[in-house]
Amino acid sequence: MNLLRFFWQNHEQIVELTAEHLWLVGISTLLAVLVGIPLGIVSAHWPVWNKPVLGAANIIQTIPSLALFGFLLPVPWLGSRADRLAILALTLYALLPVIRNTYTGIRGVDPAVVEAGRGMGLTDRQLLFQVELPLALSVILSGVRVAVVVSVGLATIAAAIGAGGLGEFIFRGLAMVNNQLILAGAIPAAVLALSADFGLGWLERRLRTP
Amino acid sequence: MKTNASDGPVIEFRDVAYVLPNGQSLLSGLNLEVRRGETLVLLGRSGSGKTTTLKLINRLLTPASGEVLVNGASTAHGDVISLRRSIGYVIQEIGLFPHFTVERNIGLVPQIEGWPAERVHQRVEELLQMVELDSQIATRYPHQLSGGQRQRVGVARALAADPAILLMDEPFGALDAITRDQLQREFLSLQHRLNKTVVFVTHDLREALRLGSRIALMEAGRLVTVLSPAEFLRSKDSLAAAYVHAFGDGLESVANRSDSNRDDFNRGRP
Repeated sequence: MNLLRFFWQNHEQIVELTAEHLWLVGISTLLAVLVGIPLGIVSAHWPVWNKPVLGAANIIQTIPSLALFGFLLPVPWLGSRADRLAILALTLYALLPVIRNTYTGIRGVDPAVVEAGRGMGLTDRQLLFQVELPLALSVILSGVRVAVVVSVGLATIAAAIGAGGLGEFIFRGLAMVNNQLILAGAIPAAVLALSADFGLGWLERRLRTP
Repeated sequence: MKTNASDGPVIEFRDVAYVLPNGQSLLSGLNLEVRRGETLVLLGRSGSGKTTTLKLINRLLTPASGEVLVNGASTAHGDVISLRRSIGYVIQEIGLFPHFTVERNIGLVPQIEGWPAERVHQRVEELLQMVELDSQIATRYPHQLSGGQRQRVGVARALAADPAILLMDEPFGALDAITRDQLQREFLSLQHRLNKTVVFVTHDLREALRLGSRIALMEAGRLVTVLSPAEFLRSKDSLAAAYVHAFGDGLESVANRSDSNRDDFNRGRP
């Protein structure tokens, strides 16, 4: 009951920080999709690029998030605004699932279908946009789903460098040893993650080809 | 693309070899001509180079040496996309696009060639009728069809832009015996009406005898011999004889009699 009252009393700030959180996750996911899908396509079509691209994305994934925020802090244009920095870091983390699933999705398209398309005289571009990407879409989307869920969690850490988001509550609560404050950040974050997971999962099933 | 006199071969292999990137040779010294309106069957075991030969025609593969000519022009020059669109292609796995309806599958090449929608639609109806499928099937997806229906759609799709040449890679291989028999019969009557130049790959002698005007026997990346069905049955060539032996009795009755050797063939009977 106390918790509910606390939530009600602070609902304006909760909504504001949730919106900030969504913005961090949304923009970084969008960037990861814009960069990751083309990289996934390149590594699926030209095997030479497969190892370096996936390797680099893998290495980024292994850097602890707090350390990555720290590394990026001194970079001139980035370091001047915490949200830029947080978005870049989140984008880098989101790249791996997007690239890997794009790669897997395209490589998973039935070779007979691709060969038939090529034999019928589809150009590479037509083959990509009319055959490969549509057939890989549900696999790519499941990569985006993983990226979003991970980003929602990671974005709470962005508050450590002052980028805002629901992490503000959590860090404040930790400092003041106040569980209600921690939950005011953790619960909306969990709800965000679950609804993103559910919504994208539903979309993914709808787009899956029989 | 320049077109030679109509009596020249439609497809010609001139001393063609194909080598895999790892250096393994799949095909060598191939000289072969395919005449207008005939069904040339490439017969051989797996690994004999018959599919490789087929894919060299629409340049899904590029020869390591030698030349492949289609309508008198080397496939090495010119636009590979328009070459492929002028050649119908049917493969064993069919390769229907699972995310397209039957109508979109069949109408894809006309559509990307810029035909108006109404004309594409008409063409699809016409083709469905030609391969003896109900027009209701047009709105279905490939996974909702039976194997035989899928294969008919595959044939209809290959015929969509009315190509003069048709390449068929074991198109009936994965079908049950009854459906295969039916489709072979329909292929013959279709071929009788449309008079396409067909190159047909199979490992089934019975199918080769039944459908082929001529049979090109291949083994280990080489062309062994080219014979009419009737000649094939009487051939002294050891490999041809081995085939006839392996497939057993009753082959005479299936052999394609539309070829010029028919009388010959009858005289040759015991």
